[in-house]
Amino acid sequence: MSKMVTLTIDGIEVKAPEGSTVLEAAKLANIKIPTLCYLKGINEIGACRICVVDVGAKNLQAACVYPVAEGMKVITNSPKVREARRVTLELILSNHDRKCLTCVRNENCELQNLAKELHVDDIRFEGKTNEYTIDDFSDSIVRDPNKCILCRRCVSVCKNIQTVSAIETNERGFDTIVASPFNMSLKDTPCVNCGQCINVCPVGALREKDNIDRVWKALADPDLHVVVQTAPAVRVAIGEEFGLPIGTRCTGKMVAALKRLGFDKVFDTNTGADLTIMEEGTELIERIKNGGKLPLITSCSPGWIKFIEHNYPDLLDHLSTCKSPQIMLGAIIKSYYAKKMGIDPAKIFVVSVMPCTAKKFEVKRPELSATGYPDVDVSITTREAARMIKEAGIDFNSLPDEHFDDPMGDATGAAVIFGATGGVMEAALRTVVDLLTGKDNEDIEYKAVRGLDGIKVAEVKAGDLTLRAAVAHGLANARKIMDQIREGKADYHFVEIMACPGGCINGGGQPIQPAKVRNEIDVCAERAKAIYSEDENNPIRKSHKNEKIKKLYEEFLEKPGSRKAHELLHTHYHQRENYPEECCGIV
Amino acid sequence: MTCKCENNCADQKEQELLKIIEKHKGKKGALIPVLHDAQDLYGYLPLQVQKIISEQMNIPLAEIYGVVTFYTQFSLHKKGKYQIRVCLGTACYVKGSGKIYEELKKELNLSGDGTTEDGLFSLESCRCIGACGLAPVIMINDDVYGELTPADIPEIIKKYRDRKQGQ
Ligand code: SF4
Ligand code: SF4
Ligand code: SF4
Ligand code: FES
Ligand code: FES
Repeated sequence: MSKMVTLTIDGIEVKAPEGSTVLEAAKLANIKIPTLCYLKGINEIGACRICVVDVGAKNLQAACVYPVAEGMKVITNSPKVREARRVTLELILSNHDRKCLTCVRNENCELQNLAKELHVDDIRFEGKTNEYTIDDFSDSIVRDPNKCILCRRCVSVCKNIQTVSAIETNERGFDTIVASPFNMSLKDTPCVNCGQCINVCPVGALREKDNIDRVWKALADPDLHVVVQTAPAVRVAIGEEFGLPIGTRCTGKMVAALKRLGFDKVFDTNTGADLTIMEEGTELIERIKNGGKLPLITSCSPGWIKFIEHNYPDLLDHLSTCKSPQIMLGAIIKSYYAKKMGIDPAKIFVVSVMPCTAKKFEVKRPELSATGYPDVDVSITTREAARMIKEAGIDFNSLPDEHFDDPMGDATGAAVIFGATGGVMEAALRTVVDLLTGKDNEDIEYKAVRGLDGIKVAEVKAGDLTLRAAVAHGLANARKIMDQIREGKADYHFVEIMACPGGCINGGGQPIQPAKVRNEIDVCAERAKAIYSEDENNPIRKSHKNEKIKKLYEEFLEKPGSRKAHELLHTHYHQRENYPEECCGIV
Repeated sequence: MTCKCENNCADQKEQELLKIIEKHKGKKGALIPVLHDAQDLYGYLPLQVQKIISEQMNIPLAEIYGVVTFYTQFSLHKKGKYQIRVCLGTACYVKGSGKIYEELKKELNLSGDGTTEDGLFSLESCRCIGACGLAPVIMINDDVYGELTPADIPEIIKKYRDRKQGQ
């Protein structure tokens, strides 16, 4: 244990570990210091100066970065401190586009809350304001600098957690702006559309590209057969939008709500996940047996796919050719299901509810249209789905539990864990080990690949073969594994990579929890618990035991890896330039 | 980087740029000296130059651009034959240099800081240039013009335009 120091905060004696900050010490004494830019583990840079306290020095100090010292006397609540905080906040507000009523973050805004907490009832500085163009050219992310308070959380997450660095703090003084180089649209940068920046933004300066209108329009069109599918991670998070505790399982209510919105069918993306395991498991076994490219790397996370296309184009042949589960399911809906129901695929409109913003970009990839129509027409986030449910006046919390529709409504426990880091790997192992050994193995919980360590490795015996597996989540961790592979230092058979830290449960489309929650609770861990209990409560926990999937192969696809499966369920990738431009212009 | 335009102009300078990067690479804080030398070489730091530096030094472009725009000594625009600097420092601003700047933009047909198509003028807003007594102030190369009103601008610009034609 580290050495303790004793200090007093507002006259209360506190013992705090050496090296901790005044903010942390104050928490030990249950003294609350307001913060704005601070986000634990992500942004601890003392940028906004809302958290200032009096430590007896000439100037007030930022508590979120100021270290404690033996005998220090801290005052967190004096006229001087309160006035300094208010002035800082009023200055931020004076150059803020304060249209709360029409702001996506209205009532879930850290700035709004702070203004209330610090009792700002007037803004004394009506000075110059910046006016910036909104960047809404990206398929996934909208950036509105007029609402940006320059906390730099998005910069930190994009640079340090994702190692993408699509945005930075540019210019200086009054002109300071968080943006891409040369003020380019995010669309023209190596941004992977992960939306992690949205999830950390305290205000409405970053948001997803809203596709709700397209969904309402489709639902209102009598000529269209509109179906929706929901990803594994949505069901364990959507309740947060309706005030339920983090980690509440809401599968039944979510299905009920979507039916009430008027979708003709509510399907489970988990069926697509089971299908992915069949195809990807087969691909893995084939690559191992036939000396194919190893390690095989998963391809379910579109943020990760764009990352590898930009940063490791030389390693693209490691990627599984499998489409992501939502895209697989879309292709099956427009082929198998269309045929079964006798509906023209041109008249089927597939909506996906995803925890993810990168899926919005993914559905627009031209190569993902197996039947000649986009496999998925529109992808909306968990947050957008909740907005629709609210707009429709549906009382989510009092809904009965309802079940997904046939024939894409029964999935296994293996599929639901796709939502957490390590889940695809665990699901694949459950199937691959059975297929390799020809047995129905009972040890199916691969705990080594669970949990929130950045990189997890496991060795799994399957007959004579020892399968070596690695799992990474968050692109900084992915980069480490990819560098190993590039240097020839990784002898894994199978690698799972998810762009978002924690996996899809923490995707960029999930409900936004403010810093005051995230500083206290590990949101990922809570949602993951819910995912694993969905798995435990499912009587079928291996993808190859899914009766509906068996039937799909019998009636339609023949067998995993068949020609038909390849036509519908597999894809290819291509290198992407980082900042594409046409002419060099240098003279 | 591959040059996609027809005049294949970049090659020679690009070689020099690569040498500059080579010289500083690996040293701590190498970026700033590289940017300095690159700016000396090209006169400004356009996207293409920053991209080469980014790729060669393995520093994200966004970080480089952040540095370039933070320090006033770096420029994103090619300098014109006549470099106009408009002071937007406090004293000048209070005396209406904002309007002077607007007038210059209009006169030069620019939407902000930048260089005219014929390469004759470049426009750049800057902070206090130490001539507050003459506010509002602009400088064109080494000539200082003070106590200006927007109405003075067309004539001043015309002077430089004519100078060119007289040559
Ligand atoms: S970001 Fe917050 S304070 Fe700003 S307009 Fe939106 S809700 Fe209001
Ligand atoms: S979406 Fe992801 S990659 Fe793009 S700017 Fe945000 S954090 Fe960076
Ligand atoms: S966009 Fe949001 S997260 Fe990024 S600096 Fe601005 S306010 Fe902070
Ligand atoms: S400086 Fe401490 S919260 Fe921003
Ligand atoms: S403010 Fe313009 S010269 Fe000082």
